Amino acid sequence: MAVITYRDALNMALREEMHRDDRVFLMGEEVAVYQGAYKVSKGLLQEFGEMRVVDTPITELGFAGVGVGAAMTGLRPIIEFMTWNFALLAIDQVVNAAAKMLYMSGGQFPMPIVFRGPNGAALQLGAQHSQAWESWLAHIPGLKVVAPATPYDAKGLLKAAIRDDNPVCFLEGEMLYNTKGEVPDTDYIIPLGKAEVKREGEHVTLVAHGKMVLVALQAAEQMAKDGIACEVVDLRTIRPMDVDTIVQSVKKTNRCVVVEEGWEVCGVGAQVVDYVQRHCFDFLDAPVLRVHQADAPMPYTKSLEKAAKPDLPKTIVAIRQVLYLD
Amino acid sequence: MTTAKTRKKGPSSRTDVPASDTPSPATNRVLLYSMLLQRRFEERCAEMYAIGRIGGFCHLYIGQEAVSTGFISQLRPDDYVITTYRDHGQALARGLTPRAVMAELFGRQDGCSKGKGGSMHLFDKQLGFLGGHGIVGGHIPIAAGVGFSIKYRGGDQVIICFMGEAAVNNGAFHEALNMAALWKLPCVFVIENNRYGMGTAVERASAIHDIYKRGASYDMPRDVVDGQDVHAVLKAGAEAINRARTESMPTLLELRTYRFMGHSMSDAVSGTYRTKEELEQYLKRDPIALHRQRMDEAGEITAAEVTAMDEEIKKIVQESIDFAEQSPELPLEALMEDILVETTS
Repeated sequence: MAVITYRDALNMALREEMHRDDRVFLMGEEVAVYQGAYKVSKGLLQEFGEMRVVDTPITELGFAGVGVGAAMTGLRPIIEFMTWNFALLAIDQVVNAAAKMLYMSGGQFPMPIVFRGPNGAALQLGAQHSQAWESWLAHIPGLKVVAPATPYDAKGLLKAAIRDDNPVCFLEGEMLYNTKGEVPDTDYIIPLGKAEVKREGEHVTLVAHGKMVLVALQAAEQMAKDGIACEVVDLRTIRPMDVDTIVQSVKKTNRCVVVEEGWEVCGVGAQVVDYVQRHCFDFLDAPVLRVHQADAPMPYTKSLEKAAKPDLPKTIVAIRQVLYLD
Repeated sequence: MTTAKTRKKGPSSRTDVPASDTPSPATNRVLLYSMLLQRRFEERCAEMYAIGRIGGFCHLYIGQEAVSTGFISQLRPDDYVITTYRDHGQALARGLTPRAVMAELFGRQDGCSKGKGGSMHLFDKQLGFLGGHGIVGGHIPIAAGVGFSIKYRGGDQVIICFMGEAAVNNGAFHEALNMAALWKLPCVFVIENNRYGMGTAVERASAIHDIYKRGASYDMPRDVVDGQDVHAVLKAGAEAINRARTESMPTLLELRTYRFMGHSMSDAVSGTYRTKEELEQYLKRDPIALHRQRMDEAGEITAAEVTAMDEEIKKIVQESIDFAEQSPELPLEALMEDILVETTS
């Protein structure tokens, strides 16, 4: 099996799905001639032409709405945001139009559309370019929210998102594009709404999604040296969340740490903790802890940025705390 | 189409329809019927709102009927219409039945959106009626997307996008019109300039008062039309629809009209933001009265025929109310239905 980057896995998913269904098109800033701001759409313009790989003006609200209109009338748009930070300009279309059209039309207008792009902080991009949006989006009924951690998952989940007849917000890790992994060139789908146990363990459950799955796996590796077996649950889909997989794991380990890129207040982790306390109350041996970004806008200052981000050392501290090791 | 440079200015320039374009007596009857249906329907809606049968926000179309009728009467069944929350008139003009619309306003399961949408969210997929939308300006990019979709599929349909004049100050308007012109999309953008965005007069909201001139920013064909004269609307609509259908080119039209009622059911018809005198002045240009008068003068219809038509319409509207009254609300399980579909492609 070929080892390729997360970026190329996404590219492969786009290419395969555009071959499979000619109603699928890709639209966004710099997706065509420039070959993608992050090169996810490399080669697609040459392969599929300008009607199906469409460069837009810098007009997020506008082209997100174009996607909604196209989805209402028989097409299957993939709308790329250069980053999810810019998608805030389009949030009316995502939340008020795409997420509600089926409901307020009494079931007449399904919305087969994917909104996708990089999410979360990279390195020293400053306050406006370093945000994780999944908790905002996951709040909205009518949306699905997906955040793949590995190249294998990125391909299978994006293909599933494109084939889904609902609006899917697909959050790619900006820092994951260059990560590598085994990806088959076969046609496979990873169903939305299914978490995966990325590593089995019996002492503590680490719940994460996107980039933080890699941090959780590193933490598990490190803890293993001390004889602590961490189980890593990768949510993969934030909404709908696979509660069963989380609950099953926590009932086994009796302890839980949630790791996420976003801020603490009303974050994805808060929802995980809610499910855990409801379904695992009698199984818990320690309070569930969360690792997240500091409650501040992201600073440019290198040392402050490091201090703000959830990372391996902070995750280790939380794990040791729920195990009462310190 | 007159070009932007040579066009005559002002609503009066559209009242002299050339003989060759004059609609037939039969067409005139259809237009009268459609406008009168919208009028009588809305009058009863006001009544139903007052007695609590209709809830929430309810925005009546009275005074603007020539606009919906003039445009939509010319569409093919496979064309599309998208509009704002002031959507009852356009829905009826498009052929949604008074029953389906009234039941929707009552929040009942036989409504066109099963009662889940309400006054602001009328939909009918079969008729290409892509909704009443509640966020000012939000539906304009969606209209561009429908235009994109038509072009993508190689079709020759058109989409008509109705909006109020206040929407043009919204970023969504600019973004959508820029793309529609850039990509040559088959969209007709119809600004219903009824002079007020809620209570804010157009002069207090827009830096330019001839709204259609904004089309120049996109090098888009544009015009201003007397929105109270259904023949003027027909003529301008025919040109714009033809341009979209045959040349895949968008058009921006400003229809000068007036809302005879308040912005919604919750505000007074006149008082704070407009005077009674102003309202009375505009009431003299009632689109239905003007059209009827023209038919009278041409000897196309008798007073008795108008009365008979009116009685028939009133009966249909009453039936729609009776129908809505007896239609049940959806069962409680429906709360959690229509949020997502289970299907994949």
